[in-house]
Amino acid sequence: MPYNELIKNFEKVRAYMREFYVYGFKSRSEYDAKSARSYDDVRRRIESWLGDYMRFTQTPEGKSVFLSVDSRVTCRNPFYKAWKAKSFTDGDITLHFILFDILYAPEVRKTLSELVEEIDRYLGCSESPMTFDESTVRKKLKEYADEGMIRMEKEGRRVLYSRMPEVPLSALTDVIDFFSEAAPCGVVGSFLQEKQEPHRSFFSFKHHYITQAIDSDILAVLFDAIRQGRYITADNLGRHSAVARTVRLVPLKIYISAQNGRQNLIAYHEKANRLNSYRLDYMSNVRIEEPCERFGSLRESFHKAEAHMWGVNCRWSTKRLEHVEFEVRVGEEEQYIVQRLEREKKCGQVEKIDEHHYRYCADVFDTNEMLPWIRTFLSRITKMNFSNRTLENRFKDDVREMYRMYGIDGDGGDGDDIQ
Amino acid sequence: MIFSELYSVYYNTVARIIAMAFQPGVTEKELQQCVVEHAFSESVLTILPALKAGKWPLLQKDLTPVLQHVPEMPLTMLEKRWLKAIMEDSRIKLFDIEMPELGGVEPLFTRDDYRIYDQYADGDPFEDETYIRHFRLLLSAMKTGRPVRITMKNRHGREMRVRFYPRGFEYSMKDDKIRVLADGCKFRQFNLGRILSCEYYEGNGPWTEKPREERCRELTLLITDERDALERVMLHFAHFEKQAERADGERYILRLKYEESDETELVIRILSFGPYVKVLEPESFVALIKERLILQKSCGLR
Repeated sequence: MPYNELIKNFEKVRAYMREFYVYGFKSRSEYDAKSARSYDDVRRRIESWLGDYMRFTQTPEGKSVFLSVDSRVTCRNPFYKAWKAKSFTDGDITLHFILFDILYAPEVRKTLSELVEEIDRYLGCSESPMTFDESTVRKKLKEYADEGMIRMEKEGRRVLYSRMPEVPLSALTDVIDFFSEAAPCGVVGSFLQEKQEPHRSFFSFKHHYITQAIDSDILAVLFDAIRQGRYITADNLGRHSAVARTVRLVPLKIYISAQNGRQNLIAYHEKANRLNSYRLDYMSNVRIEEPCERFGSLRESFHKAEAHMWGVNCRWSTKRLEHVEFEVRVGEEEQYIVQRLEREKKCGQVEKIDEHHYRYCADVFDTNEMLPWIRTFLSRITKMNFSNRTLENRFKDDVREMYRMYGIDGDGGDGDDIQ
Repeated sequence: MIFSELYSVYYNTVARIIAMAFQPGVTEKELQQCVVEHAFSESVLTILPALKAGKWPLLQKDLTPVLQHVPEMPLTMLEKRWLKAIMEDSRIKLFDIEMPELGGVEPLFTRDDYRIYDQYADGDPFEDETYIRHFRLLLSAMKTGRPVRITMKNRHGREMRVRFYPRGFEYSMKDDKIRVLADGCKFRQFNLGRILSCEYYEGNGPWTEKPREERCRELTLLITDERDALERVMLHFAHFEKQAERADGERYILRLKYEESDETELVIRILSFGPYVKVLEPESFVALIKERLILQKSCGLR
């Protein structure tokens, strides 16, 4: 097939875009494409959509392609463009514009046969050999009715088709500019921006993780399932597995990170009777299944468990929680450290021990998830006490390793090294 | 659900072309320019040729439209559901908006359906009346190019008064705060939540004073890929302009650009990765890490 910048299946480019953006050091031969041609086609498409952000580098292994975006200076997520590259047939686009031209206002109501007749007239005017039979037009109308664009009303034995009333967008310019970057499924806001006149946006974004955009469809389907309280099945790639496994779950909540951009689904795995978290970037082919009668009670139980979650790991039972405690030194004029503890903690308490020392303690499902945060207080940690001794030792080993890495592990110190 | 031709650049560009074709005397060059501006870089090879050749019989041979009306498409249910969801977000109160048309629409999601689990707890008061008033006045000033005068408490708790031209807002999801970007004064930005009063400034402008240019710096890191460190680091620093390369075996080099004012934040972000990320350059940044480790060594942690 000749090259086309549009695609039928988004999954084909999803993994590549992530690789190009997040890593960007792989050469062509390292991609698992079926053929070099398919790699070249994907690369060319991504370049066609995101050319301004595409970079190349030559390494001994070959040429590497990567995407480099400073998301602080781009008002609009460039990855949204990829969602606007769906292929279609000549008939699809022709029928789309003619149908909505006939049904140009909500008051215009037509039967199927009237529509087919008028479509023929349009095509006759343009001397096109294209034709649409009743079944094709009916199918397209049904599709648009499912999308919420066309209204179907029964009047006696006749079915009348009309367009849905407009939703005015003119007053929403700023709203859409802001939320298309700051709300989940922001790509939908980007679709709305396409309907607006080009304008300057007054919003920019810091700490903005634009990779989430690639998983927008998965997120939207999961939200839809959660709203309906239904089971889903999905293909899930394990963290260290190349083979996807199909899982059947009750989706309960989406956990979004503002500090690394990861999105996780917290779901009930009925067969294993466990609460698990699943990364959205590892999921594909999500299908909504039948309603789950226990959805309300499962969500309520999960809500109780949330009080002990630091990150995304959780369990039903709070019987085997891990206790985490550490103390920090806070000097004169360093109250901002106490403020940091208060605003950055996701659970647990901060207490003052004396004029210059504060203690943080919490009972959590997984101490391991807390370690990166605790490390941000390096330079002032005076004590620690984890019920999970293995992790406490690992933390201290890591700090020793850092001393070694930066050449400050000599005996010339003050002898207060970790013992 | 989301990947549909209804939202495609092609459909939108064709709609724009047809709208232009209603204008008398529009030229082929102008239509081609529309494709260049609104579609993908290779779309020029497809869109107009398909319309001209009658493959998509929506334009006559003389480029006048076959249609009788300028195309306007109703919103899809997905678009309405997303709008309904954001209408229920507390931040919507910043904008003076009501949408009765969405009355019977189910939101795509609600605040019960997701959680930003590592967002800081001291975010801005998006529902506070004074905060909202300041936001709206500043937005209006940005649109009209008018200067404003604010009073605010700085980080040391001292009250200060500044006049400036607001030029935009910057929102951080991590901080859940909005900053006002400034021009015509020596400061680059102000925390919207710290502003005590805000009004239009009636004095004479424009002022030539400029905020100090933010200095861009480069940082080189060595990543040791143990315990998924490579993926964690790459995701964590994904929002910077950056470039990665393989060094040897399990080790990778990452070069990223950052703004000088974010240096302290970057130091603690790098510390959070422990021994899996080592700063190679610049020496001044290495010194900042060492300083923290030397202080840690003196803490007597056992």
